[in-house]
Amino acid sequence: MAQLVNLLSRIERVREEYFVRIRIAEENRALEHAAAVKIQSWFRGCQTRAYLRYLNKKATLMQKIWRGFSARRIFRKMLEAAFFTRKMNLCNQMAVRIQKTWRGYYVRQYVHNYYARKIYLEGLTRKNEEVRKTLEEFAEFQRRMREQERTEREEREKCILAQKMHFLLSTKQCPGVYNSPFRDSPGEMELRMRSAKPPLAKSPSRHKDRIGKKMESPTEAGSATHLPPIRTKKPQGPFRQPLEVWQQRYRPLEPTLRVATSITALEEAREELRREEWRGRVVDHPFHPFSNTSRQSEKYEPLIHASAPFEQVAYGTKHFREEKKEILQEKEPFKTVFTSCQVFDKFGRLYSNAGKIV
Amino acid sequence: MTQRQVLQAFEQYQRSRTQFVQTVAELATRPQNIETLQHAGVVSLLRPLLLDGVPTIQQTAALALGRLANHSDDLAEAVVKGGILPQLVYSLAEQNRFYKKAAAFVLRAVAKHSPELAQAVVDCGALDALVLCLEEFDPGVKEAAAWALGYIARHNAELSLSVVEAGAVPLLVLCVQEPEIAVRRIAASSLSDISKHSPELAQTVVDTGAIAYLAQMILNPDAKLKRQVFSALSQISKHSVDLAEMVVEAEVFPAALACLKDPDEYVRKNVATLMREIAKHTPELSQMVVNCGGVAAVIDYLGDSRANVRLPGIMMLGYVAAHRENLAMAVIVSRGVSQLAICLVEEPEDHIKAATVWAFGQIGRHTPEHARAVASANVLPKLLDLYMDPGSSEDLQAKSKRALKGILQKCTHLPALEPLLCDAPSNILKHVACQFSKILPHDSQARRLFVTSGGLKKVQEIEAEAGSALQEHINSINNCFPAEIVRRLRARSDGVSAAVSVLQRHTAAWHHPLQLLHASDLRGCLQRLRLFHGPLVVGRSPDTLFIYIYIYSIYQTPLSSSRATYDQ
Repeated sequence: MAQLVNLLSRIERVREEYFVRIRIAEENRALEHAAAVKIQSWFRGCQTRAYLRYLNKKATLMQKIWRGFSARRIFRKMLEAAFFTRKMNLCNQMAVRIQKTWRGYYVRQYVHNYYARKIYLEGLTRKNEEVRKTLEEFAEFQRRMREQERTEREEREKCILAQKMHFLLSTKQCPGVYNSPFRDSPGEMELRMRSAKPPLAKSPSRHKDRIGKKMESPTEAGSATHLPPIRTKKPQGPFRQPLEVWQQRYRPLEPTLRVATSITALEEAREELRREEWRGRVVDHPFHPFSNTSRQSEKYEPLIHASAPFEQVAYGTKHFREEKKEILQEKEPFKTVFTSCQVFDKFGRLYSNAGKIV
Repeated sequence: MTQRQVLQAFEQYQRSRTQFVQTVAELATRPQNIETLQHAGVVSLLRPLLLDGVPTIQQTAALALGRLANHSDDLAEAVVKGGILPQLVYSLAEQNRFYKKAAAFVLRAVAKHSPELAQAVVDCGALDALVLCLEEFDPGVKEAAAWALGYIARHNAELSLSVVEAGAVPLLVLCVQEPEIAVRRIAASSLSDISKHSPELAQTVVDTGAIAYLAQMILNPDAKLKRQVFSALSQISKHSVDLAEMVVEAEVFPAALACLKDPDEYVRKNVATLMREIAKHTPELSQMVVNCGGVAAVIDYLGDSRANVRLPGIMMLGYVAAHRENLAMAVIVSRGVSQLAICLVEEPEDHIKAATVWAFGQIGRHTPEHARAVASANVLPKLLDLYMDPGSSEDLQAKSKRALKGILQKCTHLPALEPLLCDAPSNILKHVACQFSKILPHDSQARRLFVTSGGLKKVQEIEAEAGSALQEHINSINNCFPAEIVRRLRARSDGVSAAVSVLQRHTAAWHHPLQLLHASDLRGCLQRLRLFHGPLVVGRSPDTLFIYIYIYSIYQTPLSSSRATYDQ
């Protein structure tokens, strides 16, 4: 109990103290609150910063890993590409080398073969030489032929000249022009003339031929010489034109048809006809009508009501000439040949000696 | 008596008519009489005589008319206007052979002058009558008719076509086979005239088998016939490859070459023309001509001929060389270049020169080897002269320029190029400098020669516009040589015309032996001459040393004394 009384005695003091303490607490409350807040804020600050730092660190880590990953990926790609390029370059180089070698080989072998070309050019040179030589020989041959021809022609001309001048040949008594007595040997022309014969006198037939030609073609193109000369002066007297006289004189033979025809013309014509027939025949066996009928030998019997008293004569016995000759005796025979009418044939082309037109 | 008198009047009339036509025909042969005859109205007087009852008078009248019309185109026109042609054509079908011949002569004389007159002849229906005359038996008539047809066909393609349509070609081909030389000749000439205009016409002639008959006559001894035959063959083959091949297939070739030695120059010319026409088509045909030795024969023929006759031969060489480089080489191997060079010197006429220059261009444009062959024949200076000559025709100048350009672009033969450095104009010089700038960097021997022959100095004297192609080429030439030499040369090139003589003297006197020395010899030589010491000499290439000596010899100044100027 004492304790209780002790306690009770101290109660007053305790109360007092209680109030003091409360007052002191009240007095310090604001301060302490502020202090508590400060402590808390610091602590929370530290905590948050630590957390943020932690987050940052993690983010950096993640970014670092990712970047490293992607960069490695890119690098690997670049490396591959670089490797590939290098490989391609090498391949290209090698391809160029192969192609170059092949192309060189191919061209040298087939397109521009140096040795083949050389052989070709050598062959060509040889061929050219050959051609040149051949042509030279040919030209020489031709030249010689021409030369020979020319000498022959000259020789012939000289012969003709010698013939023409044959009258200048020296005789036993009198030396000719070309055989000078002052020379020891006769001239070339003299020798030639000795061997030549004098020309024959012009035969009329040759002359006629020439005239005939002249008459025939007076209008040859570009041949003015063929025209008969134009006389400026007419000869005195009632002469005919020389042209006309020539025509009359050398006119060709104009036989009548009768004379011109051969006496055996008819026979010849028949013979010719027969031969022509024989030649042109296609089938050799002559054609016999009704050759295969059985009643070949039997006589043809006409129908009774078609029969007439005027029978036809048998084939082959019909005559187209008059059979009774006595009727014909008064008649003149048929003329097969007529004389031509001279007046019309020769009118204006001929004249008689008396100057009359025939 | 009275009958005689009456007849005498007629006779006299006939006689004087005869005399008149004969006199006129005689007078018409002389050209100085023609004008007087024309003024006297001879055409209108002869016209009724064409219808005369006497054949001789008719013929002589036709002959006189033909001679008159032959003389001038005025008279030929007068004949056409006088309405004489229908009469002639009518009687061409009716009358005897002499008259036919004379009438064909008149038609020919009229048709020969101009296309219009020939057309007038065609319009009056002469073709059919002439074609009928070709079937005549008489060779004279055939000849006259073929001649007239040829003259009509000669003018242009339409007239030629009308001749073909009248059916003349088969008959002309028959005439070619006649025994008479004159008929053959005229027929071949007419075929040539017909086929010259167009491929179709030539094909028509070929279709009738003309080539075989023409080819048979190549070795005929008659020169005039050969002329016409070769002319016909060349006119046929000029149109197309097919036709040319057909001519070749007729085995014309080794035989035709023999005619290049013919004494008649027109035969030779026509043969060369034929070869040209064949060779120009394809490389294969050219090759064929080359392989049978045609090029050698043509080159020989160029040596034998003069003036215009040469022209087809020259062109043939050009055509052959133009096709392929081995064909051009064949021309060179056959000694064509020297022959062409002779032609270029001998021929005074511009068109032949132009052809020659063109042929050179075709030969030299293929490879450096070809260009070298042309250049070593000393042709380039001649080409340059022709190009620069104001007297040359425009065509010749253009052709020379083209040829020069083509050859220069391939030429690597420097001795031939150097003369061109002096006197070529800048458009040619460009190509020359280009060739030098391509060769010199790679060829030390050429560099030495270039300096010793004075080429480098000439290059320095060239005035080129800055930035032009020529300037670039000059720069690249200069880069091949040590800079101080170029500078020195450039500095001296203004006032050193006197040095040129020194240069030449020294070049001749002591430079050529030096070229053969080796580097050590050169160095010793320099030291003996006390020109250079130490670093300038040591380690230089023999080229450079050689050039130093050369420069010394030109200017006669010891280079050691002016070494300071070089080191700047």
